[in-house]
Amino acid sequence: MQEALLEVKQLKKHFPIQGGVLKQQVGTVKAVDGVTFTLHKGETFGLVGESGCGKSTTGRMLMRLLEPSEGEVLFDGKEMTTLNKKDLRHLRKDIQMVFQDPFASLNPRHTVEKIIEEPLIVHQLGNKAERKKRVRELLEIVGLSAYHAKRYPHQFSGGQRQRIGIARALAVNPKLIIADEPVSALDVSIQAQVLNLLEDLQKELGLTYLFIAHDLGVVRHISDRVGVMYLGRIVEMADSEKLYLDSKHPYTQALLSAVPVPDPEYGKDRIILKGDVPSPSNPPPGCPFHTRCPKAMDVCSSVVPEFREIEPGHHTACHLYEEDLV
Amino acid sequence: MEQPVLKVSGLETHFFTDDGEIPAVDSVDFYVNKGEVLGIVGESGSGKSVTSLSIMQLIQAPGKIVGGEITYKGENLISKSEKEMRKIRGNEIGMIFQEPMTSLNPVFRIGNQLIEGIRIHKKWNKKKAWEHAVSILKLVGLPRAEELMNEYPHQLSGGMRQRVMIAMAMACEPEVLIADEPTTALDVTIQAQILELMKKLNKETNTSIIMITHDLGVVAEICDRIAVMYSGKIVEQGKTQDIFQHPKHPYTIGLIESVPDVRVRKDRLYSIPGNVPKPGSIHKGCHFAPRCNFAFDKCYEENPTLLDAGPAQQARCWLHEDAKKAAVLERVKS
Repeated sequence: MQEALLEVKQLKKHFPIQGGVLKQQVGTVKAVDGVTFTLHKGETFGLVGESGCGKSTTGRMLMRLLEPSEGEVLFDGKEMTTLNKKDLRHLRKDIQMVFQDPFASLNPRHTVEKIIEEPLIVHQLGNKAERKKRVRELLEIVGLSAYHAKRYPHQFSGGQRQRIGIARALAVNPKLIIADEPVSALDVSIQAQVLNLLEDLQKELGLTYLFIAHDLGVVRHISDRVGVMYLGRIVEMADSEKLYLDSKHPYTQALLSAVPVPDPEYGKDRIILKGDVPSPSNPPPGCPFHTRCPKAMDVCSSVVPEFREIEPGHHTACHLYEEDLV
Repeated sequence: MEQPVLKVSGLETHFFTDDGEIPAVDSVDFYVNKGEVLGIVGESGSGKSVTSLSIMQLIQAPGKIVGGEITYKGENLISKSEKEMRKIRGNEIGMIFQEPMTSLNPVFRIGNQLIEGIRIHKKWNKKKAWEHAVSILKLVGLPRAEELMNEYPHQLSGGMRQRVMIAMAMACEPEVLIADEPTTALDVTIQAQILELMKKLNKETNTSIIMITHDLGVVAEICDRIAVMYSGKIVEQGKTQDIFQHPKHPYTIGLIESVPDVRVRKDRLYSIPGNVPKPGSIHKGCHFAPRCNFAFDKCYEENPTLLDAGPAQQARCWLHEDAKKAAVLERVKS
């Protein structure tokens, strides 16, 4: 059995909705509603889902950029959710994040050098000369040039900015990198470079990745295991190959069939889902997917399916697979 | 031979910036036939959006169309006055933009925004325009169309907004629909719905579509023909099947290879070395040469023209000057 680096148990994030003159709570947005998974050392775990499914919120809670409402997060066996500020800061050296929006995540008033150097200063690593050297090294690693160090973020394209974000995350040699849509802003040819780079870095430095993305092709490429999220829950989780070749949950099946394939000859039976994702402030009763599910049964609208292991290493939350147990 | 509905020839759109004149679109030629779906593929900065804005004459300073012709129904759009263009935009050539939230006005109801164009172009009264708008909303598959007319954009989801945008573009039954990254901001399941809708509209109304996108999957899904753009130029064009099965330009080959496929996992993604050049930074030779594995002396000296690389396929690459050199590409692919 592989060693666990991060264990997430029944993690929840409920945002209150306030309304009225007295700002009373009138509802809850269940952004993340009971997510459980384990990250093993050196692996890449992909978290996929459409917008609003809670994948980014999950990522942010793992770094405690958002405080979880409920649940446990164990990093290297240490409970993270109860750490005080000082210990948390110490721990964050081991967990770094690459953010989704390369425009919002870099301070426009700082030079690239200052941006990448900042985590080194915060964690008191190296003297000034060493830090400068490290910054230039990092810039080269992510495909930029050392002379870029003196420039400001607005002088870079969206793609290049994301590379700066990656360089910043790598600066303190973390164990775990939470990458939230790290390549969705990049062009295809650059995206491939960055994915290869992430893979190389993983091999070299023994990094563990939590890779959050909506692009199923990218996730398949980079992940060892994948969890598919829908309305705040993981609906299916398995080894990457298994999930893509033999998906069990109707949502995963529909999601996979919806991806346009760069091959005009490739005929396939597309499952086109009707309607939109329901609002997480008012999720449907029973299985959250039953309103759009082509295989929905009576039981689906009333009973929440349990997230269970249906085959070794293959978990899903769907009533279709419940008789198997009997 | 079919007469193209829209023909672009030698289009040059330059931006006059402090850093000098930047050729964002550099002698671009293409055409689209009646009822055809043409894909223009390229990465950011390749000039694909500027091309589409040029067709609509929506280029703003410091940009300017400095050369070429855009022929629509036998008339050159470039020589048209702003007043004449207004009659064409939305009426004859419709456009769908990428971001449905920023292209709808948040303070007006959907209905008001939809009938505005219809009333201007068709000179219909409010009631007739309203009824037409409702029927168009139904055509694009929106439920409860009558109620939607009285709602504001923020009350709709991203997919619904994009349907409204398509409805708006289709409202005056244009001959040509230019769709600039229409599904990029959408989730895959919604993207599948929108692509299905566009295919349906293309078949039912025989509208020509120019699909501008960076997503090769989308192109393979919907387009009959493709033009691949790189650094302001079309580097390859041909039928969709030919281009995906036998790409002839090293850039196209690299682009197709570098997409992670949902169907199979490749060991390592092919990646094109280097970065997309800044427009105007390369003055001599082929713009792709610095990133190209096949570049030879001539590539750095002279910019290639579009050379025939197949029965209905052209590539802007010196390799296709003689068949022996072109064989290199086949070997690499296998």
